[in-house]
Amino acid sequence: MRVTVRLFARLRDIARAGELTRDVPEPATIGVVWQDLVREYPEMARYGSSISTAVNAEYARMTTTVTEGDEVAFLPPVSGGRGQQV
Amino acid sequence: MSVQPAAVVRTVLDVAPLVALVSAAEPAAPGVGAVATFVGLVRDQNVGRRVLYLDYEAYEPMAVKALERIRDETAGRWPDVRLAIHHRIGRLHIGEASVAIAAGSPHRAEAFAACRYAIERIKQIAPIWKHEYFEGGDVWIEGATADPDDVPAREDAMRRACV
Repeated sequence: MRVTVRLFARLRDIARAGELTRDVPEPATIGVVWQDLVREYPEMARYGSSISTAVNAEYARMTTTVTEGDEVAFLPPVSGGRGQQV
Repeated sequence: MSVQPAAVVRTVLDVAPLVALVSAAEPAAPGVGAVATFVGLVRDQNVGRRVLYLDYEAYEPMAVKALERIRDETAGRWPDVRLAIHHRIGRLHIGEASVAIAAGSPHRAEAFAACRYAIERIKQIAPIWKHEYFEGGDVWIEGATADPDDVPAREDAMRRACV
């Protein structure tokens, strides 16, 4: 099945694209989409423990199932975050 | 176009329409006696670097949802508070406003607290990133993992709001 992958900030820079279309075997989770992406762009691997993910613009988890036509987003850490000063 | 209570914009921010929005009389709501505002500006320095400008990037539909979620969280904690949040994206120069918040309430304590809570939560969960261009290079500013269900993070924001 085909999903749209959205990348932001440093991840977008690494892929040199903010939007990709990828085929993944069914059934698939966000984690599977991510692993495929890391194979393609090994530089993304270090983000594995710090990214957030979303499906169709809603926060999701790596274990969330994706379906045909979904927009899967990978979000690097945001500028604030816990304990950071404005 | 009417002013939206939660928006991601590409134009210069003005807090005045947000103040007007949260202080306008509503038949079913208690009258507003205080409005606290916060305006975040692009600083000329960051961790010893001389900053030239910032490029803000957002996952726009999700960022708007995050701002709406923050309004809901605030309403849950301070039911009489009315909140408006606008975040700017694109290239911002030193001294320009990147975020504007107005919190209206019958009394000042709740207005200040809700305003502070809102900016802390924006920094935690809004999918908005800044690319800093400084003298000698550029870097994406990366803080912590954005997770709206991270309870300690939310408690931290609440603690900062209520000190």
